[in-house]
Amino acid sequence: MKELMQFLLYLSDLLVPFLILYVVAQGLLARRPVYDDFVKGARDGLQTVIRILPTLVGLMVAVGVLRASGFLDFLSYILKPVTEMVHFPSELVPLTIVRMFSASAATGLALDIFKEYGTDSYLGLAASILMGCTETVFYTMSIYFMTAKVKRTRYTLAGALLATLVGITASIVLAGMMK
Amino acid sequence: MLNYLWGAMLLLGIIYGAFQGRLPEITTAAIDSAKEAVSLCITMAGVMSLWVGLMEIAQKSGLIGSATKRIQPFITFMFPGLPRDHKAREYITTNIIANVFGLGWAATPAGLKAMEALKDLEKERKRHPAGGRKAAPDGTASREMCTFLILNISSLQLIPVNIIAYRSQYGSVNPAAVLAPSLAATLASAAAAVIFCKIMDGGKSI
Repeated sequence: MKELMQFLLYLSDLLVPFLILYVVAQGLLARRPVYDDFVKGARDGLQTVIRILPTLVGLMVAVGVLRASGFLDFLSYILKPVTEMVHFPSELVPLTIVRMFSASAATGLALDIFKEYGTDSYLGLAASILMGCTETVFYTMSIYFMTAKVKRTRYTLAGALLATLVGITASIVLAGMMK
Repeated sequence: MLNYLWGAMLLLGIIYGAFQGRLPEITTAAIDSAKEAVSLCITMAGVMSLWVGLMEIAQKSGLIGSATKRIQPFITFMFPGLPRDHKAREYITTNIIANVFGLGWAATPAGLKAMEALKDLEKERKRHPAGGRKAAPDGTASREMCTFLILNISSLQLIPVNIIAYRSQYGSVNPAAVLAPSLAATLASAAAAVIFCKIMDGGKSI
């Protein structure tokens, strides 16, 4: 298990440099003006960030207020007996629930965990992994099915929740192995 | 959704805080959080520009296109009843590829188009069953829709770019340390989704 984790950490260090190398090399081989392409894409990326700034202000304020009021601590305190039974950190409960409804609100809560407990703490690592391997189940389902005018969604919710549960479990286990 | 969530977070925080005598802290938190959102966006602007810039190269050099071709056997495996030349196939592929490469804004429009195309497929099936499938009744999700959404929600992602940006903003020693564990976790949830869909998909005629 320890070797596996070491391998995963090693792989983490390689992923970004390798990806840059691969993409740029492919671009050059395809005789593309890679620098111009890059700058054009970077401009789009910048615009995306500017677009999300207002939502981020709104959500970080809401989470900040909730944290300062002591409500989040109160919530994880009352949930502790339940979550301890399944070895789930109660501090992550608000994040896990909100994650299924709204990506941006979940981002606010994940940032709150980074601030409160540190990015490289067990909770910080678990939150980082969790954000990448779960989706907004209810939001996505309502938007997509609304588009197709579907009311009876059959086994979609069961499957989506199963995938989410596996993702959450994997995050907790992997974060535990990293610490 | 966010409407109520956002409103509830603020109201709950202020009312609970008032009872706990923490209104001054709440004032500070509100102002500081707003400031913080801006400095966070400055970090994110750099990381996102880098990533989207790279992805633009990947797109223009045909890398994304060849990835699209390479996952076709997987699409056929997951959607056995989907005719080869149906336009839903193209949208589903685009959606999956965009999700994998962290291009969320490209994923959603393609995903919604895929749902519309799958709805059209049901209409076509009503006229003459395609791929050995009968049409699902009006207002009921077809098997392809269920599979597509479950796959989408299991959210296979190569690199969670935003998370890396957030981690570096909040002082992580090694922001990228979570990349491979994230990949392992996302593969696990995607595998669960694939197995679930294959089990549910077997032996039903609509």
